[in-house]
Amino acid sequence: MRVYLDHNAGAPLRGPVRDAMLGVLAGPPANPSSAHREGARARRLVEEARAEVAALIGAAPAEIVFTSGATEANNLALRGVRAGTHIVTTAIEHASVLATARARGPVTEVGVDPEGRVAAADVLAACTPEVGLVSVGLANGEVGSVAPVGAIAAGLAGRGILLHTDAAQAAGRLPVDVRSLGVDLLSLSAHKLGGPAGVGALWVRRGVALVPQLTGGPQERGRRAGTENVAAIVGFGVAARLAREELEQAAAHMAALTEALLAGLRARVPDLVPNGPQVGPRLPNTLNVRFPGCSGESLLVLLDLAGIAVSLGSACAAGAPEPSHVLRAMGRPPEEARSGLRLSVGPETTAAEIAYAVEVIARTVAEVRARVAA
Amino acid sequence: MRRERVVVAMSGGVDSSVAAARLVAAGCEVIGISLRLAADGEGSCCSLDDFHDARAVAEHLGFPHYVFDAREAFAARVVTPFVADYLAGRTPNPCARCNQHVKFDLLWQRARELGATRLATGHYARIAADPASGRPMLRAAADPAKDQSYFLFALDAQALARTVFPVGDLTKAEVRRAAAALGLAVAQKPESMEVCFVPGGDAAGFVAREAPPGGLRPGILVDEDGRVLGRHAGIHRFTIGQRRGLGGGVGARRYVHAIDAASGTVTVGAAPPGAAGVVAREVTWGAQGPPPPGAAVGVRLRHRQPLVPAHVLVADAAELRLAFDGPGPVVTPGQAAVVYRGDIVLGGGWIAGALPADGREAARAAP
Repeated sequence: MRVYLDHNAGAPLRGPVRDAMLGVLAGPPANPSSAHREGARARRLVEEARAEVAALIGAAPAEIVFTSGATEANNLALRGVRAGTHIVTTAIEHASVLATARARGPVTEVGVDPEGRVAAADVLAACTPEVGLVSVGLANGEVGSVAPVGAIAAGLAGRGILLHTDAAQAAGRLPVDVRSLGVDLLSLSAHKLGGPAGVGALWVRRGVALVPQLTGGPQERGRRAGTENVAAIVGFGVAARLAREELEQAAAHMAALTEALLAGLRARVPDLVPNGPQVGPRLPNTLNVRFPGCSGESLLVLLDLAGIAVSLGSACAAGAPEPSHVLRAMGRPPEEARSGLRLSVGPETTAAEIAYAVEVIARTVAEVRARVAA
Repeated sequence: MRRERVVVAMSGGVDSSVAAARLVAAGCEVIGISLRLAADGEGSCCSLDDFHDARAVAEHLGFPHYVFDAREAFAARVVTPFVADYLAGRTPNPCARCNQHVKFDLLWQRARELGATRLATGHYARIAADPASGRPMLRAAADPAKDQSYFLFALDAQALARTVFPVGDLTKAEVRRAAAALGLAVAQKPESMEVCFVPGGDAAGFVAREAPPGGLRPGILVDEDGRVLGRHAGIHRFTIGQRRGLGGGVGARRYVHAIDAASGTVTVGAAPPGAAGVVAREVTWGAQGPPPPGAAVGVRLRHRQPLVPAHVLVADAAELRLAFDGPGPVVTPGQAAVVYRGDIVLGGGWIAGALPADGREAARAAP
């Protein structure tokens, strides 16, 4: 039996998504820019998907720019608006925001509290007159904290500063509505939602001037050149529709599972340290825990061998776990920052899988502790 | 019955790949682990390609493979001392340090946590049982051209008991043939001979870049009579016995005899700087314990150099002192002095210096 508890790295493809994509792949050639009937069909499929993605976040379809994923969407947002201005972001952002912000120009990285929470006041205080763009992730995929993006938007109102949020980890898990958030740009990823990897979107509020970073074609209203990946976009559309329709029920289900997971582990494992917010808003599907006395790397390997797929937050291209920059920003020393085990569930994870995972994790932690003590 | 779980340290090269394959064939439950020692793209090893090669071998042979991050330990235990050694006038041996502190220490800790009973590497060395005690002893490889026992002297009997060198009884050609027979893509992969974290083999350039501010020791070059021959950019550019690259004013056929870190003075002489003996510290002794004073042994003073006949003056838990029997070889502080009886490694230590007192006279008299 394998239990997949790494949905924040990539969720399994949902069945209806796969079926829709297979239909596209089995169908006629599909270049939406072509003048013939085949092209017209492809165009219709892309626009239907665009409407679904827009509906997930309360946006107008014309404001959606399809990209190759949230990383490209974050790059497009940070490089495509307000060039030359300073940027304010936070120390716990995904690497595609942090590295891009640093490459873009002057950047202020606002810190977080020991539970991984961003304070709106800290972000606003960093907004000096040179600042033209603020980028704060809506939810953190490593520890599950949720940023006060709405409050930041309210504080920035009338100051002429654009606000971007990376919602890749929030969509499908929390209500995400661009109008009530008050942001200007928002990034999405399909494969965190049960769609395919390799497609995402940047929502750009109507009226925000965006300089395309990929040029040489009229696609996406001139904002992102390149023939559309129609099958992936169709899959994204279906995943977005499922996420929207199931949100309330899925969020409650996932919250119950992570609660059961933490309660089960607490009951079975002495000496467990949760990372991330224990009260207040948080991702319903994410749990980050450290087991003192156990190296995160060894636990990850043993759990993998025992059939439980988990992660240690970020990893290099070869899969080597690195000390988590998020846990470091939360004030954890390096050894602890490389031992936070991230467990993330999805809408199709079952209570039986969680019970089994508790069993295996508790047994594995006890084994490792016994070996270290020997 | 549950199979024995063995962790194999995999570099992505042919030796550790065949080591893993032989353990799989022997019925072990193999877990392959590659260590990330430096940032991606630095030096010539632990590149992404090497990790991918290791993973491909693991997939091909059907065992799991993971990459662990050992950058902090490697920087602290290998790279920083490497730079510090050069800045102190010594010539470090990072491979032996890495074996001692990273592969057979940190990685073994992880292997133990993983429930492994032994740790395997692709080193060319063998482990034999001491006939008297039955405890494991380190032994040179079957292929003398590839023998790496010099780098492994710091493994004591306790460490050897949990270690396996599956290719130690093979020649390199046999390893490549075995890899080809198994269909491993790494069968003909060229081997890396350089210090893995030093780009282009330019140790002096690396030390200059990594040195703390004010850490470089420029100074003068003098001959044995104290005559100043010129200036140099730093003592890290020199090693004892070095003949090339001494600079224009020094002339041909001069050898580095001494490096004084405090003053930055490098002394050169017309003859190779032979020593009468060697003093080593941080010693490790194998299952047979230290040889008694007066014992005739062979000592290796640098990797790939022939064994030097010597007699033991002192061999205890703290120190090793040997007198060379023949013409004095070059002794390089920072390298290891590894003591052999035949092809058995008795032990060794880190070279602190050449045997004092008459050492300088002996060096002059040497041919």
